[in-house]
Amino acid sequence: MSNITIRAEHLSKMYMISVTKDAPDSSLAECVNEGAKKLFTLRSSLNTQRLVKEELWPVKDVSFEIRAGEVVGIIGRNGAGKSTLLKILSRITEPTSGRAEIFGRVGTLLEVGTGFHPELTGRENIYLSGIILGMTKAEIDKKFDEIVEFAGIAKFIDTPVKRYSSGMYVRLAFAVGAHLEPEILIVDEVLAVGDSQFQKKCLDKMKDIGEHGRTVLFVSHNMQAVMRLCDRVIMLDKGRVLHDGPAHEVVKTYLNAGFGASPAREWADPSNAPGGEVARLRAARVKAEDGKVAEVLDIRRPFTIEMEYEVLTPGYVLAPHFHLVDDEGTLIFITLDLDPEWRRQVRPVGHYVSRVEIPGNLLTEGTVFVGCHCITLAPDLVQFAASEAIAFQIVDNHDGDSSRGDYVGTMPGAVRPLLTWRTQLVGSVASEPSNIG
Amino acid sequence: MSESSQQMSVVGEVLLRRRTVIEPSKRRFYLNLSGIWEYRELLLFLAWRDLKTRYAQTAIGFAWAIIQPVAMMLLFTLVFSNFAKLPSDGVPYPLFVYAGLLPWGYFARSLDKSSFSMVAESNLISKVYFPRIVVPISATLVGLIDFAISFLLLLVMMAFYGVMPSWEILLIPVFLLLTMITSLAVSLWLAALFVRFRDIAAAMPLVTQIWMFATPVVYPASLVPDQWKWLNSLNPMAGVIEGFRWALLKTPPPSLETMGITVALVSALLLLGMSYFNRMERKFADVI
Repeated sequence: MSNITIRAEHLSKMYMISVTKDAPDSSLAECVNEGAKKLFTLRSSLNTQRLVKEELWPVKDVSFEIRAGEVVGIIGRNGAGKSTLLKILSRITEPTSGRAEIFGRVGTLLEVGTGFHPELTGRENIYLSGIILGMTKAEIDKKFDEIVEFAGIAKFIDTPVKRYSSGMYVRLAFAVGAHLEPEILIVDEVLAVGDSQFQKKCLDKMKDIGEHGRTVLFVSHNMQAVMRLCDRVIMLDKGRVLHDGPAHEVVKTYLNAGFGASPAREWADPSNAPGGEVARLRAARVKAEDGKVAEVLDIRRPFTIEMEYEVLTPGYVLAPHFHLVDDEGTLIFITLDLDPEWRRQVRPVGHYVSRVEIPGNLLTEGTVFVGCHCITLAPDLVQFAASEAIAFQIVDNHDGDSSRGDYVGTMPGAVRPLLTWRTQLVGSVASEPSNIG
Repeated sequence: MSESSQQMSVVGEVLLRRRTVIEPSKRRFYLNLSGIWEYRELLLFLAWRDLKTRYAQTAIGFAWAIIQPVAMMLLFTLVFSNFAKLPSDGVPYPLFVYAGLLPWGYFARSLDKSSFSMVAESNLISKVYFPRIVVPISATLVGLIDFAISFLLLLVMMAFYGVMPSWEILLIPVFLLLTMITSLAVSLWLAALFVRFRDIAAAMPLVTQIWMFATPVVYPASLVPDQWKWLNSLNPMAGVIEGFRWALLKTPPPSLETMGITVALVSALLLLGMSYFNRMERKFADVI
């Protein structure tokens, strides 16, 4: 007996949309809006433009099998069909063709707070939302205290949720969702809300669900979360399955294919390249240890950042440098070209490459943006300053030999060096001072 | 629990899991009664939510449930009894019209509420699965509370006018059920059409108004000219309201023939309405 929980066979979904013939390049949203508008002004539009019905296939010929206990990430650009696929699997919308078989009860979390009513109290909303999401009243009775504790809002449980802060609201809403215990949990990007502490708590909860033999389908743009949570990732593009495999491989492919922020960039046309009279930027790249351009980097391993630039005017001392900025815009550090060969040396005209090796166990987990800058020294003149020219991701595989050791929680901080610790047992426990006389 | 027994229970669970097939549906007639039964808790909770929130932040809350029919009763008594001198089958006109306004008010409110209900719940419909039909059903349940409250006042009025109920009052639940089924039958059609055609919103108040005057609410059925009697028997609400008055006030009962036609008509309307609704349901999330 196989333990397949979801089997999708050639699932496709088609919408008919109305587009005007003379605006073929406009975005989908515009088309749909225009179509709706045209309906109301049909007469006038008939004279000028022709409405054409066009087929749109947000999901096209998608097949896969998912087994019990698998936590599967679904990634892809906006409009790749992720959400439509989830809606088909959770029976919100019907496929146009193909079929899927689902074994078990499905719980769907497409937004935080489905079914919440602002006039009702926290307690009432737990029941309402829980039942809407597919729990029974008896199940909610049993889990009620756990939900309240998870959300941390015990004091306000009998207050209407319209008086909650947005943080409290989100915590309560997610707490309800997190205590759904269907055999299959379908989650869409709901972790994009809430503070990082709470997000972490939610991720752990979902991981937990997967470990109890249940199936989780998880859509996210957050590659960190996908890597941490999922064993397997399905990558969609234009409604089709482009890759399906182990999480780290597919995420790597996704990022390297330039779907996320790019780890390499070239300015092929010199007239568009950032630069001044003396120097002009032509390319920038992040390379892993093996010398290949890479978006995802192991927190423990060193890697290289390089920039290619042209010196156009001879006779200047140059100081190329990189700015490393985290995804909240905080400058982590600046590193300046200190190669002794060119230090205090005026440079001849030519094409240069400057590389810097960043050691492992320095940066913290997350996205890092690299700004490529260059100034002349004496006089200090900015030649180019391309902020966020490229980006990469530092990931921690939780193998126990990075600076987080065996701790799995959030580790704030701009850097994460691996330092040497020494702890000794130096004596016995001091006795309590007793009353003398 | 040991690792292996946990494994076993997981496998056991897999074997017991229910199977759902997702594919373009082709069924033309589909009532989905099992779906409604399975989601009965949701149905009741939606009704409970509407009750709970309807009079939120009002000063007098449920008193509105009485004020509305009472105001209508006073208005109609003034206009149709005092000015127009309409007969009322020998029953005091206020009592006569109030007894008609109860089922009618329930019917009109249910229609109004359920036809909008799908659009009102569009957020839920695009975010989570459940048989959509529970939404209009729950909307028709909510009105029962208002009905019950205003029914108590009716009993008080009967005592005031010295009208003693007889055994026929035991048939009130039957007529109430018939009112509910009629409301639901019409609502299902309206709710499904409303998703596509928002014109329903504009047409509704007009249609309900006309329908009310075509129904013996403010006048007795005996006033309907003979050549129009057939039309009255095609109007399910006519039979329902006549029956209501008969059971409470001993006005002339509707003919068995009329009731037969009403029941048959309403049953057909309901079954076809459910099937139509369920057929349209698949497109709701895409259109709404």
